[in-house]
Amino acid sequence: MSASYPDYPIPAPALDAQPFWDGTALGKLLLKRCTDCGETHYYPRAICPYCFSSATEWYEATGRGTIYSFSVMRRAPVPYVIAYVRLEEGVTMMTNIIDCDFDTLAIDDAVKVVFHPIKGGFSLPLFTPA
Amino acid sequence: MGRACKAYIAGAFEHPTRHAVDQSVAQLHAEVARGALADAGLSKDDVDGYFCAGDAPGLGGLSMVEYMGLDVRYVDSTDTGGSAYVVHLGHAAEAIAAGKCSVALITLAGRPRAAAKATLPDYDNDTPDTAFETPFNQMIVNNYAMAAMRHRHEFATTAEQLAWIKVAASHHAQHNEHAMLRKVVTVEDVVNSPMISDPLHRLDCCVVSDGGGAIVMVSPEIAKSLGDRCVKVMGQGEAVKTTNRGQVDLTFTAGVKSGAIAFEEAGLTPADIDMVTIYDSFTITVLITLEDLGFCEKGQGGRFVSDGNLISGVGKLPFNTDGGGLCNNHPSNRGSMTKIIEAVRQLRGEAHPRVQVPDCTFALAHGSGGLISTRLCSATAILGRNDA
Repeated sequence: MSASYPDYPIPAPALDAQPFWDGTALGKLLLKRCTDCGETHYYPRAICPYCFSSATEWYEATGRGTIYSFSVMRRAPVPYVIAYVRLEEGVTMMTNIIDCDFDTLAIDDAVKVVFHPIKGGFSLPLFTPA
Repeated sequence: MGRACKAYIAGAFEHPTRHAVDQSVAQLHAEVARGALADAGLSKDDVDGYFCAGDAPGLGGLSMVEYMGLDVRYVDSTDTGGSAYVVHLGHAAEAIAAGKCSVALITLAGRPRAAAKATLPDYDNDTPDTAFETPFNQMIVNNYAMAAMRHRHEFATTAEQLAWIKVAASHHAQHNEHAMLRKVVTVEDVVNSPMISDPLHRLDCCVVSDGGGAIVMVSPEIAKSLGDRCVKVMGQGEAVKTTNRGQVDLTFTAGVKSGAIAFEEAGLTPADIDMVTIYDSFTITVLITLEDLGFCEKGQGGRFVSDGNLISGVGKLPFNTDGGGLCNNHPSNRGSMTKIIEAVRQLRGEAHPRVQVPDCTFALAHGSGGLISTRLCSATAILGRNDA
């Protein structure tokens, strides 16, 4: 188990991604979907990167997914796990896996989102085994 | 003689320093420019095109044109990270073919070791992507480690197979008097070195070094007057791969595209290539790139690099015969300029005799810029001996 956490850099979001961070502060994982072509993309943008429509909308993800890849960063003051998690909605996001035995993690493990408050009023969407 | 080509590399120079405590970045750029022009048998006043990337100080091309006292009619400061110089090579060939310039100078220099800074650049909040990466403590090494982990998962690639890439580089570096790491290492040395970010060990990682390099490219007419040390640019390709709107696939790079474009332009196939120089930020970068360029099937990279297959005089595909970034040099944390330079040495027959590839006719130089698990620009150049 890892009871301690690394220092997390504060996000510097672009203006069109600010609602994502407003959402995590409220315990919601928000994604962007295009109402013209129906595709969900990540990271969230004002303009759909599939069809270039501006008709994109926020919606709340289930917060469940599986590990696509990960690595335990051992050479750090506090070791941590960086990962790509493939969400149930079909997009893959970079994150950390926390509160688990790093040495037993595996690709395809089921994980769920947890919101981890950091400095500056931000909350990071991290994942833990489901 | 031989095949026609758009442009030639007439001069190449690698700065001998690996620790530039007393030199400015602009000074290093000028020193490598001077070296490459002397190697070409040209002077500063012959240069009418200048190319540089984000490692150049100030406003890139403008600052360096002024510092060096150049008078150019073509300037390009395209920055694609460590692949930029293979990108510039292609852009310079096109500019020369279009008559926009006839003597193109491309420089790279930096001093991350003296400045103790080998990290990701600082981005502001108008960079759309990094807010979704840096808060999770993305480093360079754990970004590449995720690609290695996925490759291991899909293709059963082992730590020992990755280690063979470092072993090959070290066999070459022992003959390079300027290399940072000249000690020959074994597979056991690599897999027993400290784990940095699973599955990458310390010896899976390239060096941090100061210095730089430059090349001078010229039109076929000028090349004819300079003699047979000029090396042909047979083909070049570049492509960008990203996180693809959230459809992440870490098993390949844009080298799939850049390689195909370069081979098509050159009218050659991987079987025609006598040696390769591949940006080796980490061992996994080389393994995935070799697959992407078609030297082996996707997923077979681990088997391909094993048992010394990349060692000159031992294996079928000699690679990074100067020791590469893994052992020799990685100036400004950007690895593709030194790849071009070693390929030029091989095609001139001027590599160290212990690593020189006999009758080296075609060489491939490949750069990767950015980060393999997020966004990466791959660039491939296929070069030919003067009579190829």
